[in-house]
Amino acid sequence: MENQTTITNSTKKDTEITIAKPISKPMKIGKKIWKQRFLFLLLLPGLVYFIVYKYIPMFGLVIAFKDYNPFQGIWESEWVGLKHFKNIFATPDVLQVIWNTLNISFLQILFAFPVPIILALMLNELRGNFYKRIIQSIIYLPHFLSWVIVVGITVVFLRSEGLINAFLHSTFGWEAIPFLTDPAYFKPLIILQVIWKESGWGTIIFLAALSGINPQLYEAAIIDGANRWRQIWHITLPALKSTIVILVILRLGNVLDTGFEQIFLMLNPFNMEIGNVLDTFVFFKGIQQADYSFATAVGLFKGAVGLILVVLANRLARRFGNEGLY
Amino acid sequence: MHHRSISERIADNLNVFILAIVAVIMIFPFFYIFAVSFSTLSDFLQNEFFLWPKRWVTDAYEYILSSENFIRSLGISTFVTIVGTLINLFFTSTMAYALSRPIAGQRFFLFFVLFTVLFNAGMIPTYLIVKETGLIDSVWSLIIPIAISPFYLIVMRQFFKNVPDDIHEAALIDGANELQIFWKIMIPLSKPALAAFGLFYAVMHWNNYFTGILYINDPAKWPVQVVLRQIVVVNEPNAALGTASELLMDNPPPPETIQMAAILLATLPILIVYPFLQKHFAKGVLLGSVKG
Repeated sequence: MENQTTITNSTKKDTEITIAKPISKPMKIGKKIWKQRFLFLLLLPGLVYFIVYKYIPMFGLVIAFKDYNPFQGIWESEWVGLKHFKNIFATPDVLQVIWNTLNISFLQILFAFPVPIILALMLNELRGNFYKRIIQSIIYLPHFLSWVIVVGITVVFLRSEGLINAFLHSTFGWEAIPFLTDPAYFKPLIILQVIWKESGWGTIIFLAALSGINPQLYEAAIIDGANRWRQIWHITLPALKSTIVILVILRLGNVLDTGFEQIFLMLNPFNMEIGNVLDTFVFFKGIQQADYSFATAVGLFKGAVGLILVVLANRLARRFGNEGLY
Repeated sequence: MHHRSISERIADNLNVFILAIVAVIMIFPFFYIFAVSFSTLSDFLQNEFFLWPKRWVTDAYEYILSSENFIRSLGISTFVTIVGTLINLFFTSTMAYALSRPIAGQRFFLFFVLFTVLFNAGMIPTYLIVKETGLIDSVWSLIIPIAISPFYLIVMRQFFKNVPDDIHEAALIDGANELQIFWKIMIPLSKPALAAFGLFYAVMHWNNYFTGILYINDPAKWPVQVVLRQIVVVNEPNAALGTASELLMDNPPPPETIQMAAILLATLPILIVYPFLQKHFAKGVLLGSVKG
């Protein structure tokens, strides 16, 4: 830290030497930019990327307040005020979609979120390092597979002539269970896929927190006669508490994000009603049915609520620990 | 070592056992898919569970690999993965380095980047700008709109910040400018880190399905993940593989083994790079800097 300040001081001195007489502020900024022209040159490609593909689309959000017509273009299309936003709350479909989104998110927090914590605790209790490393190598792998592969595996195992139904038939004589088309199985399958794909990888952050525990705490506990259970209860779990609280809060900030690819790949006409979430709804409405303005309004609604939630979540997370998202 | 009670020993063994089962659940689908993809129709139809083919046949692979559609999609995904990753690395490293130096307006630019994580315009306005920039139905739509991951950018900036300032000072005294420092000192210095980021970007590109379905309407330009969906999830292997059905054999392999073979072929590149990926995240390259 001290090192840095001395260096900035020395560069400042250089500047003072080159700038002989006092100059106006805009000139100063111009000088500074010129002095750092190579840095700005390096900044430029990334900056252009963010402007073109992240910020210009934000201006495109005005079509949520217009009846966008591709032939007239964004600026020529007619203003309609809040018409599309009023439609959001007047359309039963959208309310159902919002409900589905929240429903799936909360099921994930309830059932998928705790799995990596449990796995991390179990890994942490393993004695042999070799065995631990093998298990880790295997359970991290699914994280790197695409959703198409994960859903593809689900399909080949669970369809009516798939392995699971064949097994149930030969063992119990059951008729094939329509796992993929019966809406009752949609949400459990989504949760199970998330658990299968992400819980191994999710252990990393908890294992990092666990590795930060001072070993002397355990030594002291052993001297005090605490067995392993009491060590887990009094030392290990409290050490994870702040990480868990922060991750839950941050996850709550993202409740409207359910992951487009997975849901989209799992949707079919049979489960559409209970499975369609905000992201997939925007895709069907906007891209497939070309109802651009309404889809943009739904997207903007999602983005605005999401922004508020994430900012609130970060405030809250900072109160519990010292690290937020930003 | 302290004395272990009976309950502790039982718990330890149970722990080992349960973790073994978890690992089996994670890896078992691939063994089964592997076995079926190399099996004959009659062996598969007996519906017995097996993890090793009874009679090895490669019909399904010959069939798939004779499909122009499939080969083309593999080519497109390979192109997107290689070129896309190079573009990712260029855009991310240049910007990350610039932001790691005391550049004028640094705080503003950082907020500029971070804000896009908190709020983005969403699918439709982004789609419209991709359309305006002429990328619809072009492989570049799979590359340019995701040229920088803000997350990797921030992590890479942190990495550059951790390089001792003495190096800059020495180079500046020697008369080097920032461009030369970046290209001749920072890039060679951060080769291992760049390799790690490159691997993660490459996996992202190979697995990317979303921009394929969003921006590519022409089936002749689909990346492999979109074709894979047609083969397995939509369950139309023959339609997706196209000409192959006319090409080969009197009795083509059953759709089931074709689907298994397709899943395995699309997974293969990930399995190949996985050991390298592991080397990097074991070192905590990406994780450690999140907290910074």
